[in-house]
Amino acid sequence: MSSASIAVLPQPLLAVRGVTVQYKTADHLVTAVYRASFDVHPGDRFVMLGPSGCGKSTLLKSIAGFIRPVEGDILLESRPVRAAGPDRIMVFQEFDQLLPWKTVRDNVVFALVETGVSRRDAHERAQHNLERVGLAKFADLYPHMLSGGMKQRVALARAMALEAKILLMDEPFAALDALTRRRMQEELLALWDDVGFTLVFVTHSIEEATIVGSRILVLSPHPGRVRAELNVPAGIEARAALDRRIHHLLFGDDATERAVRTVHGGR
Amino acid sequence: MAAASVRPQPADRPEFVREVGDMPAGLRIDVPLTLWERVYRIDAVRQATLLVLLAVLWQVYATSLNNNLVLPSFSETLDAVWNGLVTGPLLSRAWTSIRVLVLGYVAGIVVAGILTLLAISTRLGSDLLNLLTAMFNPLPAIALLPLALLWFGLGQGSILFVLIHAVLWPLALNTHAGFRGVGETLRLTGQSFGLRGARFAVKILIPAAFPAILSGLKISWAFAWRTLIAAELVFGVSSGGGGLGWYIFENRNQLEIPNVFAGLFTVIALGLLVEGVIFRAIERVTVRRWGMQR
Repeated sequence: MSSASIAVLPQPLLAVRGVTVQYKTADHLVTAVYRASFDVHPGDRFVMLGPSGCGKSTLLKSIAGFIRPVEGDILLESRPVRAAGPDRIMVFQEFDQLLPWKTVRDNVVFALVETGVSRRDAHERAQHNLERVGLAKFADLYPHMLSGGMKQRVALARAMALEAKILLMDEPFAALDALTRRRMQEELLALWDDVGFTLVFVTHSIEEATIVGSRILVLSPHPGRVRAELNVPAGIEARAALDRRIHHLLFGDDATERAVRTVHGGR
Repeated sequence: MAAASVRPQPADRPEFVREVGDMPAGLRIDVPLTLWERVYRIDAVRQATLLVLLAVLWQVYATSLNNNLVLPSFSETLDAVWNGLVTGPLLSRAWTSIRVLVLGYVAGIVVAGILTLLAISTRLGSDLLNLLTAMFNPLPAIALLPLALLWFGLGQGSILFVLIHAVLWPLALNTHAGFRGVGETLRLTGQSFGLRGARFAVKILIPAAFPAILSGLKISWAFAWRTLIAAELVFGVSSGGGGLGWYIFENRNQLEIPNVFAGLFTVIALGLLVEGVIFRAIERVTVRRWGMQR
């Protein structure tokens, strides 16, 4: 190993190296992400931020192993990612990620048993993680009886129960109402404080990125290229400044000025 | 326009905050339903009422017609059913029909399962299934009977062949449509747990597509029933004991019209029983409990 270049930082948990992702539509070969490179270290709350359609979800899916990049490497603990696996668990935006034919508890147990945990341990871990997200009382209900926020909590409990190396979240709170979303963000941070997992989180909301993230990867509009990697400071003032900075990065000064003029009724 | 359009300004109103306090005493927030409302909510009660109503209409009309060669009354039909069951061959005829029916139905399900699994695992299999269903689904099973007689002779083999044909296509069509309708999120979720191939089909695809599969099972059950009765009407005499279709045909030849009605009545009653008890029970413990169907 050539350790000279990485002497300062420890080995990253996830290394993305020059990854290009393409997909085919009926009549086009679309490049969604172009030569993206970044590192995620253990304990990071790594947010991938970018405008709609910039390929951030596609990039996340290729980290999960659902899509194969046409170029570049994705390395998890130095081993290349080849297929989907329980060491990288994804929490989706959609509420239908829970199996409707299983109760809340069995949804968690099923995932554990299928990935090789004994049934007894699975029950214990399911119970423990459902308690963590405050849903132990609802363990015997079916998913259709839960609200959207509760369903996302179950998905989160299931992901944490699997004790994956890395938790992938694809705009998990985007389909929730604003109040519930706010609470879920706080709960996610509290859980991170408790458990200390590594998180890769995709969002198109600058506000959400600065709340949830410890480090933000800003992607350019289509096709997605790495525009910046920023650290999230503590304190509301500093965050607001970061918020404005990202806004400039994504939309430029022109767009900001245009928006201001439109508000004031000029042409 | 020269008219000065003045934009309406929101009115200036004071803020307020108040305590909501207790609800007035005696006001009930949860009012229980009346007995009538509760009884009316039971599906079986409403449906049984409809059945009784239909039976009464039948009885009244048949009595006024007073011609049991054309239309025996409900009570005469019940009589004929009772006699047929106790002293006549109705029970054994019904049993013969049910046995063949279940055999053909299960065989059809197995073949449909194999075809659909082929269809979801390869693109060629999917083309094959689409082509075959487009070709054979519109073909009435009974139209194959002459051919089946030639191939399998007079007997159970021919009936089983047409039954499988009746069950296979609608079931395969529905199941395949159900599989294709399973959402991307569920598929990816299953993949993350490391499910592949047959385990993926059994643990994710089949339960997720169960509403479509169940409706395919119901449709093909009805198709199987009508195909069987029609086939027995045509050549039931030679296939050993003969089934309900043969019972109907035989009695019509002897102008025992109440017995004809008894045969038809048994077909209907068995159909209602399967739909109302077996399929209903399956629905209750699956798709309804899972919230996939109301």
